[in-house]
Amino acid sequence: MVMLVVAFVSFSLFNFVGDPINNMVGEETSDEERAELRETLGLTDPIYVQFSRFVVNASKGEFGISYQLRRPVSELISERLPATIELVLVSALIALVSGTLLGVYTGINRKGFLSDAILAISLLGVSLPTFVIGILFIYLFAVILGILPSFGRGEVVSLGYWTTGFLTLSGLKAIILPSVTLSLFQMTYIIRLVRAEMMEILQTDYIKFARARGINEKSIHYKHALKNGLIPVITIAGINIGTLIAFSIITETVFQWPGMGFLFIQAVQFVDIPIMSAYLVFIAFVFVMINFIVDILYYFIDPRIRVKAEAVSG
Amino acid sequence: MKPKNLLRILLAFLFVFASTQTFAKTIKWSMQGDSLTLDPHAQNEGPTTQVSRQIYEALVTRGLDMSIGPQLATKWATVDENTWYFYLREDVKFSNGQAMTSEDVVFSILRAKQPTSDFKEYISTISGVKAIDDYTVQIKTSKPNPILLNQLSNIFIMSKEWCNENFAIVPQNWDASQETFSATNAMGTGPFKITLREPNTKTVFKRNSRWWGSMKDNKVTEIQLLPIKNAATRVAALLSGEIDLVTDAPVQDLARITSSAGHKVESTPQMRTIFLGMDQAADKLRTGNTGDNPFKKKAVRQALYQAIDIEAIKKKVMRGLSEPAGIITFPGVNGYTKDLDKRLPYDVNAAKKLLADAGYPNGFEVELRCPNDRYVNDEAICTAVVGMLGKIGVKVNLFAQTKSKHFKELKDNQGDFYMLGWGVPTLDSHYVFHYLYESGASWNKVNFSNSDVDAAIRVMEGEVDLDKRNAAIANAWKIVKDDISYLPLHHQVISWASKSDVDVPIRPNNEPLFRFASFN
Amino acid sequence: MDNKNITLFTRIKDSDVYFSFIKSPTAILSTLILIIIFFCSFFVELVTPYNPFDPSSLSLMDAFTPPAWTEEGLAKFILGTDGQGRDMLATILYGSRISLIVGFSAVIFALVLGVGLGLSAGYFGGKYEMFVMRFTDVQLTVPSILMALLVDGIARGIISRELHDEMAIYVLIFAIGISEWPQFARVSRAATLVEKNKDYVSASTIIGVSNIIIMFKHILPNIMRPVLVIGTIGLALAIIAEATLSFLGVGVPPTTPSLGTLIRLGNDFLFSGEWWITFFPAIFLVILAFSINLLGDWMRDTLNPKLN
Repeated sequence: MVMLVVAFVSFSLFNFVGDPINNMVGEETSDEERAELRETLGLTDPIYVQFSRFVVNASKGEFGISYQLRRPVSELISERLPATIELVLVSALIALVSGTLLGVYTGINRKGFLSDAILAISLLGVSLPTFVIGILFIYLFAVILGILPSFGRGEVVSLGYWTTGFLTLSGLKAIILPSVTLSLFQMTYIIRLVRAEMMEILQTDYIKFARARGINEKSIHYKHALKNGLIPVITIAGINIGTLIAFSIITETVFQWPGMGFLFIQAVQFVDIPIMSAYLVFIAFVFVMINFIVDILYYFIDPRIRVKAEAVSG
Repeated sequence: MKPKNLLRILLAFLFVFASTQTFAKTIKWSMQGDSLTLDPHAQNEGPTTQVSRQIYEALVTRGLDMSIGPQLATKWATVDENTWYFYLREDVKFSNGQAMTSEDVVFSILRAKQPTSDFKEYISTISGVKAIDDYTVQIKTSKPNPILLNQLSNIFIMSKEWCNENFAIVPQNWDASQETFSATNAMGTGPFKITLREPNTKTVFKRNSRWWGSMKDNKVTEIQLLPIKNAATRVAALLSGEIDLVTDAPVQDLARITSSAGHKVESTPQMRTIFLGMDQAADKLRTGNTGDNPFKKKAVRQALYQAIDIEAIKKKVMRGLSEPAGIITFPGVNGYTKDLDKRLPYDVNAAKKLLADAGYPNGFEVELRCPNDRYVNDEAICTAVVGMLGKIGVKVNLFAQTKSKHFKELKDNQGDFYMLGWGVPTLDSHYVFHYLYESGASWNKVNFSNSDVDAAIRVMEGEVDLDKRNAAIANAWKIVKDDISYLPLHHQVISWASKSDVDVPIRPNNEPLFRFASFN
Repeated sequence: MDNKNITLFTRIKDSDVYFSFIKSPTAILSTLILIIIFFCSFFVELVTPYNPFDPSSLSLMDAFTPPAWTEEGLAKFILGTDGQGRDMLATILYGSRISLIVGFSAVIFALVLGVGLGLSAGYFGGKYEMFVMRFTDVQLTVPSILMALLVDGIARGIISRELHDEMAIYVLIFAIGISEWPQFARVSRAATLVEKNKDYVSASTIIGVSNIIIMFKHILPNIMRPVLVIGTIGLALAIIAEATLSFLGVGVPPTTPSLGTLIRLGNDFLFSGEWWITFFPAIFLVILAFSINLLGDWMRDTLNPKLN
């Protein structure tokens, strides 16, 4: 349903925003040539025929040809997709692991100086726009220290349809700065979430009981408390991926990372409609999937949420 | 425990990364944009030609000193003023091993004359081409053409067989967004072949082992083109050692790059003059507020001219790297003189008076169109001009956009007041008049029209007596300079920045030739 | 309305909120910084003699003057000048005004839309509520910056380029506003559900007060606390979103630079030694967003008793 609406929006974008023919040809093109092109592109068919064709093509991943690069959008996207996915996965991993660790630490040591510092820095992290962090990192690690690359993916290895940067040294080096930049915002979010969860759980009866039984603190924190604290973190990780994809647009632009976000920004600046509508459909698809998965997680992982959700909507 | 271990591993990784130095025989080259297509006849555009030039060769070519010399043809002769013979090298092979013969040359020239070719007007005077034998080609022109060699130096030779096999007999139709094999693959006779092509991201050129010529430095085995759109990122990549050569180094960063121990900067006057055009034909400015067209009056044009402090632009915007210009052509072009290149003095009061006398004591309003990714600091120059014209009461609204849109909309006659740059690949003034001043010429968007100048252009095209021809050129320059049809700004200076141990000779047309590159 | 505000104000003053404000140095400090920034931005004409948008007042020869305390600095340009000879301080304040206008307008837009939908959903319940809340949940999973980018991108496709420069600021407000409303909707619905069951609402319903009046006159003032908290944090988000879009080159046009535009333009001079052109707008943006976030954090702790 949502997909169909989005498909219609991007279809109208494609068809009614300016004249697609005018976007393609120069002014020397004669009227006959224009009419011929219109015919071959199927622009003379009735709207509903065009729309159903658009949906069929879109489901096959075909969105026409980019105005700017004169190449099929599907080809451009399949070229760029691996870069974005690798970046997002690495960032998600960094955010999840370090966010959880720091969250647990601040949750346990509520009053320590280090905890206060971590929380203050995390608030600063929310206030620092991603692009400022990116510029700062480039300046510090690439220009002043000269230890990490400032742009691109480095050497990539092609595995059939997939290109990966994980198999080369320069590829691994290249992903550090963008992925850390991208993960920071999410990390601060996870720190706060885990901290709140830990604080709540440490107050619960079964932890108090465990303490009373004399189980050592470390075991309580990591074995008992963290396990339960992780449930909301995992559910949130789904939404997380969506946020990371969104923010990857900025990170990719700052680091010239050859992914879909960078492609999209250039398309927006150029008003390259086919790429824009394809990206729109892609994003809609991703979020429909995320919503779907999150819904399932809500119902299956934690029965308490199911009860709560029913109570709220009832 | 765990975090500590993780940290250690991370540090170890960092250390390994930091200590691995690449002893590359690869030159990593970066600039703002990328080639638009690998089809050598589909787009006549700077970066596209720069890439094609490494893979494809032409009958004749410009060397490092920009003079025309042999390439695929060893010698040539004219039997009458319309018939040329070109004698080909016999040891030339394409990178797939096939031998190059006159069949390929005939095929390629005809291909470049196809309707979908972007070079068809470039070689419009060629009326016939045929193979005499395997290594001799005859070219016929429809009228005497003194600049045929110049034109042929940009017509790349492809393999007929390869094009046949890959459905690339005609050039890619760029305007209709056509996809062809030749747009994403290249196979030529040049020193390099392309082994990887990811548009706008990465292009890898490897040595073509079958190339007939010899490299200046055999250690140069691979070139990588890594376009970086953002200027600061490009400089950061150069300074951090990820890039070896930047062929459009931003002027503001040259001092910083020079001061870095491992880097150097080279600058040379480019064959390009930057200027502003004002539509003098429209009865009413599209973006004006006076209901008429002030640009019709020479006094107004002169007022704008004298209000522009070109020295301030040179000092602050161009950081000294520009030569203020009085005409739209530069030293080295036939017809250029130092005297013509003198500017009217910068004089705000005179400008105000001229404007008032012309009937615009309170100035007027107009939009200035600029590209923002074509010339050195183009948008900054325009912003500066906006401020300077504001001082004489002319309210200018700046509209800056990407080059492809800027040029397309100019061609569609949408500009009242615009920035443009003009190079002269033929090194003769005719090229300037033919495109910028002739009545109805394709880039004459100021709509200048003068029968004396048109007559002089005819003389430039047909006159064999050089003295008479040069007199016509001088006369035409005098007329257009007095008329102030355009506002000349400056001759552009380009800068290439590279690692100190990488030597790629800078050329005034901004085209690197990697066969002349070396490591030291 | 005036009457209501005064009672609200006095109530806040007498309550523990005022007390805890007085006791919190971070809250006082951030409020102070914000008051200074707001004042300087909205009354920039009084603060600085320069107008960076009047091209005739600029002199290109003043360009690249470093800050006043450095060797080559000039006393008249405290924070130096940019590449066109504009005074940095004046440019930043004018830019900050645009950022604040966009930020405030976007938040107000989101607030009106979100509270309107959330309040009515909570009040009326039923299918309408389910529909609104389902929609809210779905949009909540779409990050606001992405939503803003998409809306901005589509608007760019629809609006002609001539019009776009004039429209850009409204497009931005709409794009950012539309991306932030679900937060308001969720919070105001939750608060409404609590209020709805209180006696005074039932009493009003019984005596026949119309739904509209109950919702806006009685319930609305009582749910303003959590909405204000969301609004404050939303303001910081909106300002950062605006800066980000402008930095990416799809926000306000360079002729009316906001803080994000200034950072983007200054970015070109990052390596050339003219650090102040990009550093000052960036640090100004961070201070602004950080102060708002600090205040928001404090507000959440104080105004939202659940977290204590």
